[in-house]
Amino acid sequence: MQQKSLRQTIKEIVYDHLKTNNGIAMGQCLSAVGWVGGTLPELYEEDGMIELSMADVAGGGFAVGSALAGKRPIYIIRYQGFNWFNAPIIINYAAKSKEIWGIPCPIFVRSIAMEGGIGPVAGSSHHSIYYRMPGIKIFSPMTPNEYSTVYKEFMAKEEVFYISEHRKSFDNQENFENIINEKADFTIFAISITRFSAIKAHEALSKLGYVINLIHLWRLKPLILNEEELTSLKNSKYGGLVLDDDYVDGIAKAIAYELMCNTKNNVSVLGLKNKTAGFDKKVDNLPPSSEEIKKEILRIINLNKG
Amino acid sequence: MTDYKKNEINIFNKACLCRAFEKKVYKAVKNKEITIPVYLSAGQEYIASTIATYLDFKKQNEKQIFIQHRGHSTYLAFGGKLELLIYELLGSTKGCANGMGGSASIQGKDINLFGHDGLMGSQGPIATGACFGNKIFTLCFAGDAAAEEDYFLASIGWAVTKSLPIWFIVEDNNLSILTEKKFRRNWEMNNVAKGFGMQSFNVDDDPKALWETLERASLNQPALFNINTKRLFWHAGAGIDNEKEFDRHAIYIDKYKNSKKQELADQMIEEIWEKCSKNL
Ligand SMILES: Cc1ncc(C[n+]2csc(CCOP(=O)(O)OP(=O)(O)O)c2C)c(N)n1
Ligand SMILES: [Mg+2]
Repeated sequence: MQQKSLRQTIKEIVYDHLKTNNGIAMGQCLSAVGWVGGTLPELYEEDGMIELSMADVAGGGFAVGSALAGKRPIYIIRYQGFNWFNAPIIINYAAKSKEIWGIPCPIFVRSIAMEGGIGPVAGSSHHSIYYRMPGIKIFSPMTPNEYSTVYKEFMAKEEVFYISEHRKSFDNQENFENIINEKADFTIFAISITRFSAIKAHEALSKLGYVINLIHLWRLKPLILNEEELTSLKNSKYGGLVLDDDYVDGIAKAIAYELMCNTKNNVSVLGLKNKTAGFDKKVDNLPPSSEEIKKEILRIINLNKG
Repeated sequence: MTDYKKNEINIFNKACLCRAFEKKVYKAVKNKEITIPVYLSAGQEYIASTIATYLDFKKQNEKQIFIQHRGHSTYLAFGGKLELLIYELLGSTKGCANGMGGSASIQGKDINLFGHDGLMGSQGPIATGACFGNKIFTLCFAGDAAAEEDYFLASIGWAVTKSLPIWFIVEDNNLSILTEKKFRRNWEMNNVAKGFGMQSFNVDDDPKALWETLERASLNQPALFNINTKRLFWHAGAGIDNEKEFDRHAIYIDKYKNSKKQELADQMIEEIWEKCSKNL
């Protein structure tokens, strides 16, 4: 039997959330322009699919209030860059409510990244905006199984979940396994859409004779790594690399730091370049390609061989 | 006898409780028993006292309240537990916000009063979203400056769009810390609400005028009340900006002087405070 795509999985989860779990979904322009990349069922206000006005900051607050009222909102942010306006009340109220007042305020934030092509504000992931604050959990599921798992966890808990999605993963039907070798040259830790390029880079480097581990990171906060994953880095001759499709001054560097403290091995980062993206291909700012990943790993290995 | 006349004494009683509490907090800050920033509401107590009395009289028992940072009178007028508020200001984990809320982020779980996060105006969208989520009659309190926040204005718009049973109560003391309204804007909140299509009113905190204004609004529809009032003490902490500031409560103390209500409230607060402070 063919596996469902991630797109179909999300669509069915949203459908069940509204129709069987008495929840709501809220966001801007949901019913227009393709139902958020085909991840929403064609439902309307009477079903709990709530169209919001363009007021992004207030919209985050409407989600917080609905959560206090027990509606467990799925709050949809169609481009992650819009979080600069959507995050404030979610982070400062919902994520603190249980700790200060003992009042749960569970929200499932569906925040969706594009891979470039959309100019200075909207491209790629912005999960690092939320990362530095307490009271929030961050995930970047790229597979149907990961997504179903995280939704089930959300329904069993009373917390704010930030789901860093990526449009380019919506067609994905595969579930990925880590690749771990007993003695490796290098370990890649890949986040979000970089996982797909990391798989290709892994293949290319293997062809060149290198032994490379590939760890799929999608539980970003709290960061959950098992002993096998940590040992794989410990035993890697030339260290590791964290890949992200956000700017590296955030989750990528924080995770690299954790990894270094835990393993005493060197870990570098590769993510968006430290520049503003433009619309045209020449001036865009894209997540690291498989070729860039391969090059960077070879550079680190050669430096250390030095 | 009008409904207001029947209820004036109830409003006055609540105002005495609020005033007694704020006077005690003032002293406790001065003698360093309280060490956190406090936002005293003395001078503004007729707003919450009148609205709470009105809603009781109308038997509007099912309600949820979203408070602002200057909220001791709101908490007390709506029946929040006195002891829990004292514990909170004294930093005890027995407090109404687990000792984390201080003065600005108090809550009253048993009276459905939700705490404020300290970011001015966030209660606008949160209250609107909660009202949207459960359609329970909602009160959202804010200051004249908090109500200027863009997201607060947007929540007025959405409350109208969805015809929610929410009342926005703007406690307009004309000040943002010490900056007067005229330096910040040349428009009035009630006109903005009207522009959104919301029923809105501009009224003084005189309890009779306020009561009669409340009577003109529907409990099932959104409305905004811009209520002009005076803050007697500093923005934060214990101090006085203007010794000659108008004090509405003085009029009613005089009117009901034989009742000794204020003295009784003062005494009651002293006793309970002392008990709480020995029992942290
Ligand atoms: C988002 C945000 N901006 C600024 C402040 C700083 N601040 C705290 S209280 C205050 C004045 C609030 O005035 P108003 O809403 O009229 O209430 P009042 O203090 O007069 O009762 C300001 C500017 C803040 N806490 N949050
Ligand atoms: Mg003010």
